[in-house]
Amino acid sequence: MSLIDARGLSCPEPVILLRKAMASKEARYEMLVDNHAAKENTSRYAKSQGYEVTVTETNGEYKLVFKK
Amino acid sequence: MTKNKEKLTIIIAGCIIGVISSLLVFFGNPANMGFCIACFLRDIAGGVGLHRAAAVQYIRPEIIGLVLGSFAVALAKKEFSAKGGSSPITRFMLGFFVMIGCLMFLGCPFRMILRMAGGDLNALFGLAGFVAGILAGVFFLNKGYSLKRTYKLPSSDGVMLPVIMGSLLVLLAIAPAFIFFTEADGGPGAKHAAIAISLAAGLIVGAIAQRTRLCMVGGIRDMVLFRESKLLLGFIAVFAGALVCNLILTAATAGTYFNLGMAGQPVAHTDGLWNFLGMFLTGFGCILLGGCPLRQLVLSGEGNADSAITVLGLIVGAAFCHNFGLASSAEGPTENGKIAVIIGIVFVTVIACMNTFKKEK
Repeated sequence: MSLIDARGLSCPEPVILLRKAMASKEARYEMLVDNHAAKENTSRYAKSQGYEVTVTETNGEYKLVFKK
Repeated sequence: MTKNKEKLTIIIAGCIIGVISSLLVFFGNPANMGFCIACFLRDIAGGVGLHRAAAVQYIRPEIIGLVLGSFAVALAKKEFSAKGGSSPITRFMLGFFVMIGCLMFLGCPFRMILRMAGGDLNALFGLAGFVAGILAGVFFLNKGYSLKRTYKLPSSDGVMLPVIMGSLLVLLAIAPAFIFFTEADGGPGAKHAAIAISLAAGLIVGAIAQRTRLCMVGGIRDMVLFRESKLLLGFIAVFAGALVCNLILTAATAGTYFNLGMAGQPVAHTDGLWNFLGMFLTGFGCILLGGCPLRQLVLSGEGNADSAITVLGLIVGAAFCHNFGLASSAEGPTENGKIAVIIGIVFVTVIACMNTFKKEK
């Protein structure tokens, strides 16, 4: 399982990081982001790659879990 | 939100923004300039005396509205967050050169769409350059380009640009003697809708752009990078909304809001090469900034100090353009402007290389 830390990065960088990570085709990835646009865009990309997305928010930061 | 609902939302949003842009011309803005972030920031720079080009001086309420509309919605949706520190001076300089590119072409990416919707075929050269610039930027993004992370800042830092915008609104309302306003029939700066209409238009478009994340470079960028069409649909919808409204206004009123051709277009020139290169610089620089000038205004309303710095870079760039004869006119580009655009393209390329290929310590 990979953890991608994209806190502080603005789009499209978090999505590019996720795309690079997903090239390894693992069944589960976790990601940290800290803004709405990054949360929305990474979720949309993961869904387009066939992953289910769950999001939890803590103090303005989002932990996203992508599972196949 | 499901993917289809998201797409429908941005199409409707884009159409509304296109129609509002067209109507602003009907209410008095310069032709094909319902919105132009570059031109309007340039007018504001003139209004506060940073340049003395008498034809382009006015505090544009649309800009104020865009920032404050985004600010209000971000507060209401609890999305306001003061952050910054991601290579601020680099962003300032990128903003500076993006403005030089815009004023070579005579419009930001938003106005490029509106010029096309008004039948100005010169904008197609701009569009080609814009796409080429975006592709250049995407090349570096794929290689790992980054201006590094942002960090949380005190709220006071995040509200700085909204406060500046509020102050500008006060200056506009009071109109003290030290604020410059283009005299009647003195140029584009004299053409404007009533303050309340312009402000309302800005507030609405700012709010919509905040919710939808609309960005004029983001559309083509995301399509190339991820085959993601959401923002591109917004881009096309702005064009469609403005085009249809322009055609209706032309049919229903005495004015002409659509004039297909190249020669004699309003606030535009016919030099295809420099229209291309101006928007190449703009597209490339905006990709490195992470968003078009409109998006920078909206993000600064959300508390993003890096975007606020970028907006200041755009304003200072506009002042330089008119103090040093870099901005084009209807007669065409200037020699100084051509040199500045070439320097800008070199600068942007060096910034892209330095933040892509530099080894991490």
